[in-house]
Amino acid sequence: MEEKIQLQTRDLVKKYGDDTILNGIDLKVRKGEVVVLLGPSGCGKSTLLRCLNGLETVDSGEVLLDGEPITAHGKNMSQMRQKIGMVFQSYDLFPHKTILGNVILAPVKVQHRSRQDAEAEAEVLLRRVGLWEKRGAWPRQLSGGQKQRVAIARALMMHPEVMLFDEVTAALDPEMVREVLDVMIELAGQGMTMVIVTHEMQFARAVADRILFLDQGRFVEEASPEQFFTQPKSQRAKAFLKTFTFDRCATTENSVVI
Amino acid sequence: MQDSGLSILFMGSNFLRLLQGLWVTLQLSLISVAVSLPLGIAFGMFMTLKHPAARIISRLILDFVRIMPQLVLLFILYFGVAHAFGWNLSAYASAVAMLVIWGTAEMGDLVRGALISIPRHQYESAAALGMTGRQTFLEVILPQTVQRLLPPAINLVTRMIKTTSIVVLIGIVEVLKTGQQIIDANRLQFPSAALWIYGVIFFLYFLVCWPVSLLAKRLERRMN
Ligand SMILES: Nc1ncnc2c1ncn2[C@@H]1O[C@H](COP(=O)(O)OP(=O)(O)O)[C@@H](O)[C@H]1O
Ligand SMILES: [Mg+2]
Repeated sequence: MEEKIQLQTRDLVKKYGDDTILNGIDLKVRKGEVVVLLGPSGCGKSTLLRCLNGLETVDSGEVLLDGEPITAHGKNMSQMRQKIGMVFQSYDLFPHKTILGNVILAPVKVQHRSRQDAEAEAEVLLRRVGLWEKRGAWPRQLSGGQKQRVAIARALMMHPEVMLFDEVTAALDPEMVREVLDVMIELAGQGMTMVIVTHEMQFARAVADRILFLDQGRFVEEASPEQFFTQPKSQRAKAFLKTFTFDRCATTENSVVI
Repeated sequence: MQDSGLSILFMGSNFLRLLQGLWVTLQLSLISVAVSLPLGIAFGMFMTLKHPAARIISRLILDFVRIMPQLVLLFILYFGVAHAFGWNLSAYASAVAMLVIWGTAEMGDLVRGALISIPRHQYESAAALGMTGRQTFLEVILPQTVQRLLPPAINLVTRMIKTTSIVVLIGIVEVLKTGQQIIDANRLQFPSAALWIYGVIFFLYFLVCWPVSLLAKRLERRMN
C-alpha cells in the first residue's frame, strides 16, 4: 500500500453546546486504505464523518485532504466535497428525479459535464451496482437496498478520491444488507479509499485494513481487524464487542467469548 | 312559465351585463393572484429565516392578516387609509390591495410549510455531492417544494376568486353586484328573480373555479 496520506485530521475537536463530542481526533487515512470506525451508539462516529466533508464545522483542529486544509468555505467547499463522496444511513435519493436523473444531476450541474457523457458513465456505474434496468424508475419504486446502491453509484459519479459510509445498511431489512455490502467490498477491492461506519461486524472484519475504535470522543484503540476482533486490548473495546455476541445463559460459564 | 325568473336573464342586455360583471371578478382575481403568488413565495422564504427579527416580523404579519376578517381589511384600506393618510385609494385598488395582502400572507405560509417539510438530509446529500447552496435550492429543494405546494396553492387561488365577492361592499360592480342590480330592477315583476339570478351566479363561479381545481387534480396526479 502506498504511504501517501489522503485524508487526515489534526487534533479535531467538535462540541455541541457544552458537550465535547470529538476530543482531539488524529486520523490518517492512506490512499487506497479502508478504515472502519467502530464504537458505541452516540460516541460521535457520524459526527466525525460529517466533519470530514464539512457538513459540520469543527471547533478546533483541522481536516486535510491531500495535505490541504478543507475547513475553508464557499467554492472550495464544493470542490472538496466532489472529492469526498458520502452515503448516509437514511435513503436520501432525490424523490423528484428518476434513478438516472439522481445519478447525473450533480455531474451535469456541478461539474458541467455533458448529459451524454454523464449518462454514459451512469450506465457503467448503474450496471456495476446491478440497477441499470431501473434507470427510469422513481426512488419510491425501489427497495431500501436498491436505493442505497443507487446512492453509492451517485456518489461515485463525481470521481471521489475518498468515500465515506455512515451505517448505510442500518435501516435496511436483513435480506438487503448483503447486496449493499457486496458493492462496498467490490469498491474496496478496486482500491477506493474508504472510511466506513458500520454495525456489521463480519463485514467490518472482512473489508477493513484497519479498525479504529472510538469512544468518549477519542480513539481508544487502533488495530488490524484480525487483532481487534480476536484480541481487543482495551476494556471498552472488549465490552463493545461483547454486545454483538449471544450466549445461552446455562452453557456460557466455560465458553470463550469471541 | 312566462314569468319564470330565468327569462329575466334573456331580457335586454342582462346576460351580457352578468358576463361583464364576471369579467371584473376575473380581472380582480387574476391580478391579485398574479401579484400574490410571487410575493407569497418571497414571503414564505423570508419566513423560514432563522434570524429572530425575521421570525417576529413574519409571525406578526401572518397573525395580523389571519385574525383580521378580509372584509375589515378591505374597509380599513378603502375608508381608513383614505382618512388617515389622505390617499384616495380607488375601490378597485383597495380591493386588489386587500386580496394581495391576504393572498401573500396565506401563500407565504403555504410556501413556508412546504419548504420546512423537505427533510434535512435532502440538503445534506446535495451538499455532499458538491452542490452549492444555490444549486441545492434550485435543483433539489425548489422542485420538491413546488410539488408539495401545488394542491394547496391552487386551493388558495379558488378561495381568492370567491373572496372577490366581498368587494361588492365598497361599490365595485362585479358579477354579484350586477346580479343584485338585475334582481332589484325586476323584483316586482318576477318575485323569483333572486333565486334564478343567484343560481346563475353560482353556476358562473363554478364555471371559473371548476377548471382550476381540475387543473390542480391533474397536476397532482402527473407529479405522483
Ligand atoms: N445536531 C446536534 N446537536 C446536538 N447534539 C448532537 C447533534 N448531532 C449529534 N449530537 C450528539 O452528538 C453525539 C454523537 O452523535 P453521533 O455522531 O450521531 O453518534 P454515532 O454516529 O456514533 O451514533 C450524540 O450524543 C448526539 O446526541
Ligand atoms: Mg451515527
